[in-house]
Amino acid sequence: MLKRISAAVLAGLTAMAVTACGSGGGGASGGSSGADVITMGFSQVGAESGWRTANTKSVQDAAKEAGITLKFSDAQQKQENQIKAIRSYIQQRVDVIAFSPVVESGWDTVLKEAKDANIPVILTDRAVDSPDKSLYKTFLGSDFVEEGKKAGTWLVEEYKDSTDPVNIVELQGTTGSAPANDRRDGFQEVIKADPKFKVIASQTGDFTRAKGKEVMEAFLKANPDIDVLYAHNDDMGLGAIEAIEGAGKVPGQDIKIITVDAVKDGMQALADGKISFIVECSPLLGPQLMDLAKKVVAGEQVPDRVVTEETTFTQEQAKEVLSTRQY
Amino acid sequence: MKRLVWPAGVLLLLLALNVVFTPSFLSIQVRDGHLYGSLIDILRFGAPLILVAIGMTLVIATGGIDLSVGSVVAIAGALACLQISLDAGLITAIALALGLCLLLGAWNGLLVAAVGIQPIIATLILMVAGRGLAQLITGGQIITVNDPAYKMIGGGYWLTVPSGIVIVAVVLVVTAFLTRRLALGMLIESVGGNAEASRLAGIRSRGILVMVYAFAALCAGVAGLMISSNVSSADGNNAGLWIELDAILAVVIGGTSLAGGRFSLAGTVLGALIIQTLTTTIYSIGVPPETTLLFKALVVTAVCLVQSRSFREKVFGGRKRAAAPAVPAATDRTERETAGLPGPQDGVRP
Repeated sequence: MLKRISAAVLAGLTAMAVTACGSGGGGASGGSSGADVITMGFSQVGAESGWRTANTKSVQDAAKEAGITLKFSDAQQKQENQIKAIRSYIQQRVDVIAFSPVVESGWDTVLKEAKDANIPVILTDRAVDSPDKSLYKTFLGSDFVEEGKKAGTWLVEEYKDSTDPVNIVELQGTTGSAPANDRRDGFQEVIKADPKFKVIASQTGDFTRAKGKEVMEAFLKANPDIDVLYAHNDDMGLGAIEAIEGAGKVPGQDIKIITVDAVKDGMQALADGKISFIVECSPLLGPQLMDLAKKVVAGEQVPDRVVTEETTFTQEQAKEVLSTRQY
Repeated sequence: MKRLVWPAGVLLLLLALNVVFTPSFLSIQVRDGHLYGSLIDILRFGAPLILVAIGMTLVIATGGIDLSVGSVVAIAGALACLQISLDAGLITAIALALGLCLLLGAWNGLLVAAVGIQPIIATLILMVAGRGLAQLITGGQIITVNDPAYKMIGGGYWLTVPSGIVIVAVVLVVTAFLTRRLALGMLIESVGGNAEASRLAGIRSRGILVMVYAFAALCAGVAGLMISSNVSSADGNNAGLWIELDAILAVVIGGTSLAGGRFSLAGTVLGALIIQTLTTTIYSIGVPPETTLLFKALVVTAVCLVQSRSFREKVFGGRKRAAAPAVPAATDRTERETAGLPGPQDGVRP
């Protein structure tokens, strides 16, 4: 009896799987047959932070507004998922592919496939380190090195009257990712001019709150004298704030905190005085992306580097703009 | 007990390494009305892993494996935070989350016990689908909640002790009582040894299987609540990512054979503590992020090698051989199973 039931269940599951595949394939071919409507395949890194979800929403909203059919896939932080997604977009013959690479390297083969299929590629938010620039049309996104420099510049300014050594701990982003590498390097470039600035500990917090908190707890125990925390995004900084409070210290006063991104929770903490300074990294690049996509599909020339417009926030500025933040 | 010597030794070695780099590593103070120190951190951040590993131990004791616990962790946190953000009561939120986890675990158990799918495949289904389910619940967003009562579960303190540690202690004591003072542990081991023979002997193998998978999922659910409560937010993407592998590793380091039929809860707890201590060590002594994984791999390899009887005999020569007959027979057999080797001592035992 059981065997029969299990056989029936299995048969049912198989049938469902087959139908699912069938309908998926049908939808794909239908999407590309409309000649006038642009179809864009977009492969997102994941939903690892509030920043990323705002970025996703911006792209989705802008696509709807611009009348572009968006095929969206979430890579859940894995390069192989992104490569799979891009390959499937190539098979579906979309008009343009856009993606935010999880890591910088290892994209040559799949980008070559897209190029051979004559599908233009736009990089958003993160770059790839491929020497062959013809593999993609343009790179739209923030300048992470510049962000690191802005963070460093504020720090140098803040401590310009002090001669005591400044002990800095750093919470890096996902190891190997462009924002982690560039924010670290840009920051280093500015602070290395003055030997009083010392990064005494640096570890990855994977851009997540949970890891940020866990790593900061360990930093606090291993290094009793921490003056400044530099976190590569708000979420890690927010996790670290909890760790600092748990250690009986006051975030923003005992330990100054610099973060990058300016998401809502981060701006709130900045306005509350827990974070000292935030370098903005705007995720709202959807409209710019859709403009570029239209131009690229129409065969127009586009600049190979487009920088999103960004600023920085102090605690006072955060209080003013807090109510108008979209993300 | 003797087979716990090696993992315990490794744990002590790791702690000693930390003391070399951070002399104050072992100090525990009371700060802001709660315990504060690196050792407390290890227990606190290790609590979810210990919980998941306890559930995993029983599953592995039946000869199975549960790959879905990481996804269940994410689902529990996501559902609880969603309910709280929708202004459902705290009790409702927790009950719904844990109820769903029990259901998912029972589903795993049914696939294994009733349908007869191999455990690694049966739970792989939920491992993949579950992460998607968690994202569906959170809508792909990170849900931030602001509920002091919810915060208590993983981030709060109970009589100065972090509540996560209290929860783990309770679960551990209850599990140890159920499996070691009652016959349940023996039944589980017998199902793991030979499910068909157990059934013929009158043990309801299927019921036992469904129960252990449901229990593993429940443990994972509680761990999920702890993880999300600790940072007051639910992250469908990253919560509990790869924790199933860490849990399996903890069970194996603790000396439980993947072949099933025998298990050691104390060993599992030691194994989980080794993994968490290793993580904390990496942060404290400043291993560069690029080499973190390599460092971890080297330590884990060393732990596994030093636990293998045949490796020890080859490296340290015949001394261990002479001492071996004194080891009780049961321990001896388990250790041999772990190493996957026939025992050289048969016949010479006094």
